[in-house]
Amino acid sequence: MTTLHLDAEALYADLLAGVRGLIKPDAVLVGIWSGGAWLAERLQQDLKRTGEHGVISSALHRDDFGSRGMTAAADHTKLPFDVEGSHIVLVDDVLYTGRTIRATLNELFDFGRPASVTLAVLVDRGGRELPIHAAVSAARITLPSEQRLSLARDAAGRFSFDIKGPN
Amino acid sequence: MLSRRNPQLNSHGELIHLLSIEGLPQAVLNQILDTAGSFLSVNDREVKKVPLLRGKSVFNLFFENSTRTRTTFEIAAKRLSADVINLDIARSSAAKGESLLDTIANLSAMHADMFVVRHSESGAPYLIAQHCAPHVHVVNAGDGRHAHPTQGLLDMYTIRHYKRDFTNLTVAIVGDIVHSRVARSDIHALTTLGVPEIRAVGPKTLVPSDIREMGVRVCHDMKEGISGADVIIMLRLQNERMSGAMLPSAGEFFKNYGLTPEKLALAKPDAIVMHPGPINRGVEIDSAVADGTHSVILPQVTFGIAVRMAVMSIIAGNNA
Repeated sequence: MTTLHLDAEALYADLLAGVRGLIKPDAVLVGIWSGGAWLAERLQQDLKRTGEHGVISSALHRDDFGSRGMTAAADHTKLPFDVEGSHIVLVDDVLYTGRTIRATLNELFDFGRPASVTLAVLVDRGGRELPIHAAVSAARITLPSEQRLSLARDAAGRFSFDIKGPN
Repeated sequence: MLSRRNPQLNSHGELIHLLSIEGLPQAVLNQILDTAGSFLSVNDREVKKVPLLRGKSVFNLFFENSTRTRTTFEIAAKRLSADVINLDIARSSAAKGESLLDTIANLSAMHADMFVVRHSESGAPYLIAQHCAPHVHVVNAGDGRHAHPTQGLLDMYTIRHYKRDFTNLTVAIVGDIVHSRVARSDIHALTTLGVPEIRAVGPKTLVPSDIREMGVRVCHDMKEGISGADVIIMLRLQNERMSGAMLPSAGEFFKNYGLTPEKLALAKPDAIVMHPGPINRGVEIDSAVADGTHSVILPQVTFGIAVRMAVMSIIAGNNA
């Protein structure tokens, strides 16, 4: 099999353009910890948005808690704005089964009732197990289920993809 | 010699029961403290509940009275969305002569997922952990003079919150150490977390001589004991456990070992004063200290809920 090559920086440029096209002036960016949070942080700067972006963790609402257990310091959720009535653009690195997004939405609603939530991702790798759809995805690919794909960020803030598992 | 696994850990070294801090690796203690930190913010949410124990039944089995510990366990379990059943065992089955294991067998038949146990006999939670079904988890909420691990952990959380680093601290534990399961749990936890100086301070009758074997410095002089301390943990004078002539009088105790502003001045200027509660004002602690700026007694209670949420969610997520 050929080795998959994904240029995370090039895809980020596409994500930036996509989010720029859909984000409303009063909307807020919320990144899913950890890869999505890095993306939201950079989008916040590149879109020259005022205020602080939010970070959200799915850990407290995961449906695989019974088999995976608790991860330490699981709650990275930090939403420095009132969720009630806000328009939220949720950002993540990889969209796969949709279970993380389901858990994240539950987490978000524990803080209030948003007016709307839109999803933007860097890579949609298919394999959905829930009716969840991204409004923006910079790439659509298909990967074998054994492969794990996640975003990495180096000291200079540049993105790359980390692919684990058999090629 | 057969090496016996710590009964609190599964074969992967993950926590499945919390029975005692003794023998738990530092990584497990840190995992609990880190997780507790993440639960503290649940109190600030619109919905003060997370669904980690949804559909699970937590039975509070208090064979010995306690209001604060039982209440904070109940709040913690409810914040995790568990169904909580409080049993005042002291006044029910046990009083009718049912054995501990029969009680547990009956409660297991009611599909319990977790037992939170307080018992006047040291080791009772171990016995329950050995005999319950593999999917059932046990938390020791205080057994005899042996251990009170969640209090020990919330004390560690409090110390870490205010002092950040354990490895440069002097911690003085003052008062009725001989009757105190809190003192034992604190000493094990402080040692595991690398505190270089732990002092046990109190009269000869209330500080057991074998406590030196736990790596603790014994001080019978209060001034020497709290001098230069970063953390002072006051213990409650346990009148109800006191038998015989261990103390001349409560007034005499206060004179020698009660924490007053004058004695507190000997500790570090930024020292914190802790107490597991309930406090006896004018017996082991002066009101001016209990309500003063060094006191972190009420934050301890708040942290206790987050620490108990952490313990319950960690053990519930690990399989035997």
